[in-house]
Amino acid sequence: MSIHSPDADWFKAPTGHERLWIGLAVGWCVVLSLMMPYWHFKGRQNSSGESYRTTPDQFKARVERFSEANAPGTKGNFEEGINSEVPAPPGDIYLIAKQYFWYPILKLRAGETYRLHMSSADFQHGFSLQPMNMNFQVIPGYDHVLTLTPTAPGIYPIVCNEFCGVGHHTMVGKIIVE
Amino acid sequence: MNASNPNPPLWKRICDTTGLPVCRDAEFFIKLNAVCAVVFLLVGGLAAIALALTRWQAVHLLPVEWFYRTLTLHGLNMLIFWILFFEVAILYFACTTLLNARLFSRKVAWASFGMMLVGSLMVDGIILVGQADVMMTSYLPLLAHPLFYLGIILVAVGTLTGVFNFFATLWQAKKQRTYEGSVSLVVFGATAAAIIAVVTLLHGAVVMIPTFLHSLGLIAQPDPAWYRLIWWGLGHQSQQVNVCAMVSCWYLIGSITTGAKPLNETVCRGAFVLYILFINIASAHHLLVDPGVGSSWKIWNTSYAMYLAVLASMIHGFTVPASIEVAMRAKGYTKGLFGWLTNAPWRNPAFAGSFLSMCIFGFIGGITGVTLGTQQINIIAHNTLRITGHFHSTVVGGTSLAFMALTYYVVPLLFRKDFVFRPLARIQPYLFAGGIVLVSLGMSFAGSLGVARRSWDIEATGSVHGPSAHLFLAVLGLGGIVAFAALLLFILLTVGTLLFGESNVGRPMADWGTPKTLSTATGHGHGAAAPALAPGAEPAHDTRGTLVLALVFLACFAVYYFANWKALADVWPVR
Ligand code: HEM
Ligand SMILES: [Cu+2]
Ligand SMILES: [Cu+2]
Repeated sequence: MSIHSPDADWFKAPTGHERLWIGLAVGWCVVLSLMMPYWHFKGRQNSSGESYRTTPDQFKARVERFSEANAPGTKGNFEEGINSEVPAPPGDIYLIAKQYFWYPILKLRAGETYRLHMSSADFQHGFSLQPMNMNFQVIPGYDHVLTLTPTAPGIYPIVCNEFCGVGHHTMVGKIIVE
Repeated sequence: MNASNPNPPLWKRICDTTGLPVCRDAEFFIKLNAVCAVVFLLVGGLAAIALALTRWQAVHLLPVEWFYRTLTLHGLNMLIFWILFFEVAILYFACTTLLNARLFSRKVAWASFGMMLVGSLMVDGIILVGQADVMMTSYLPLLAHPLFYLGIILVAVGTLTGVFNFFATLWQAKKQRTYEGSVSLVVFGATAAAIIAVVTLLHGAVVMIPTFLHSLGLIAQPDPAWYRLIWWGLGHQSQQVNVCAMVSCWYLIGSITTGAKPLNETVCRGAFVLYILFINIASAHHLLVDPGVGSSWKIWNTSYAMYLAVLASMIHGFTVPASIEVAMRAKGYTKGLFGWLTNAPWRNPAFAGSFLSMCIFGFIGGITGVTLGTQQINIIAHNTLRITGHFHSTVVGGTSLAFMALTYYVVPLLFRKDFVFRPLARIQPYLFAGGIVLVSLGMSFAGSLGVARRSWDIEATGSVHGPSAHLFLAVLGLGGIVAFAALLLFILLTVGTLLFGESNVGRPMADWGTPKTLSTATGHGHGAAAPALAPGAEPAHDTRGTLVLALVFLACFAVYYFANWKALADVWPVR
């Protein structure tokens, strides 16, 4: 029994069904392991974790510059907690998370590719784009870059899905795709 | 069975049911730790029902502060306190009774228990006064009161002290030759759990001590991404401790209830070794959509480190039922593919709980876990309720249910009282399993629709997820009610038995029901009357039924896994 010492000659190779199952299980684990590198090269959805060190102040300044350049008159809105719509050409675009909002409301075009820079001004937040349900972590001090291609027009809510304080559930932003 | 000595030395007694030696010191601390575990299970359970009834939006029970506070309380009391106290009890059992050994030190056991208890109370106190609304993960820059971190450090050091007592007892038993040959499989599994626990708790120290000092204002804030990496070295590996303890329970209960014996000790032990060797960097699968760590690191750590541990679980998931099948067939239950299974002791709550635990852990927990932990698929799962759904089928439907199952023997054998309300005890595992399956499925489906975990209200800014999300949250709520009722029933039964149960001192415990050997029994395979074999020949195991179950499992796994790749292929391209 499993609670008694095994026979002295317990060290032996598996046989029969057990051996067959171990073979199948090893084979399946190989499939599991190969799927990830396969998708990395052939698939279109990957999480490369591209990121750069930053600080909340540096990042805030970059977001303000970005929003002023594409939507004149919006400078200072972020500090005052006013959200603004910012239409952006393909290329680098910025999104900052702060208790409890996402700034700005990005206006993108379907089929174009963007480099979305995300960071946080305070705590960790969760970028959860609905209804596709695409989720990425936002950490203060890190400029997390996603190279994204929106596929269809629509209004896409960004839900915060990392607990960030008592107002966490109210932290919903959006991306507009035209 | 152990040859019972008519006059055992004073430090031990001989069990009236099993004939196994019971170290009195160990017995005392097993009881103490188990009782504490159950108290924390109750605290966690009260939190659980409040949470379930809050996430069910139609009920929305708790106010917002109390939701997040209760969530912090639930995570810690369940995942840490209930589980750790119970595991220390299991370790003390494995290193004494199963080795005919005496517990190394009472003093060390007291020190361990004292630190764990004080630490847990400190954590619960500081959460309840509202000074630690940070969730159990306490991700920086969120900051709790210093006593929160100090409490966690105390629990960790206390547990390490208990683990030290375990290793010291093993060492002493070996030196004094209290047993012959190799240790039994259950002791081996417990040792694997203890080794992983040490590695885990050291990660805990590395991350918690600086955070504690930071909360006192003594040092600058540690980097939040570094915190996540090391914290999950604690958070994930401790799940591997739970898996080892749970699998040991499966083997133990299979053994007690059906006389099952491992088909091949090398395979079972090898699988435990895989857990020890290959789980070290599995913390990676919590960081799959994080900045700061690159693709190759993520892929390497999820494939190499994780899949060899997955392999180990797939092996145990086969060998445990297979050993039961062999034992049952040897008793004469040989009809068809599944005669051994339909005639299994389903009215025995320990057997039922353990078998259900295996099914829930494998079919739901294992399949979802591997799928969600796949580097790219994690994009459509991270921090949604899919994650919570996954681990309520591993650590709740799996580990907690296995621990409950074991309790149906711990109480009669160590507290020496027969259970009260036995018919209720027989249905308790089914009720709990049913409730948790609903909780887990409700969470998983809601999560697939994008519903976030740790969120008080999904309608705060208008409807994002649509009506079906509410349906699944209601399933979570209803399942929560059933699971909570079963949890309460479990506590009432055990406490009722401790207070009012009939003593069984001097006689065997009241039998829960174990399968009788039929007159047609051939003793085929590992039966009591195994036919003499030529030296070196292996008995032919008939495990057709288990093989069929395992193939069904593999088919479900493949379908779910590839369906998720398909779902991923439909979202926006992203790099
Ligand atoms: C009656 C049984 C249980 C029910 C109904 C239940 C229900 C829940 C609910 C509703 C949540 C909150 C999900 C969210 O909003 O994010 C939760 C979280 C959690 N539960 Fe349970 N649970 C039960 C038992 C357990 C047990 C036994 C354990 C551990 C052994 C456990 C571990 C956890 C953990 C670790 C979390 C996550 C906490 C966090 O996000 O910080 N639960 N549970
Ligand atoms: Cu947030
Ligand atoms: Cu949040």
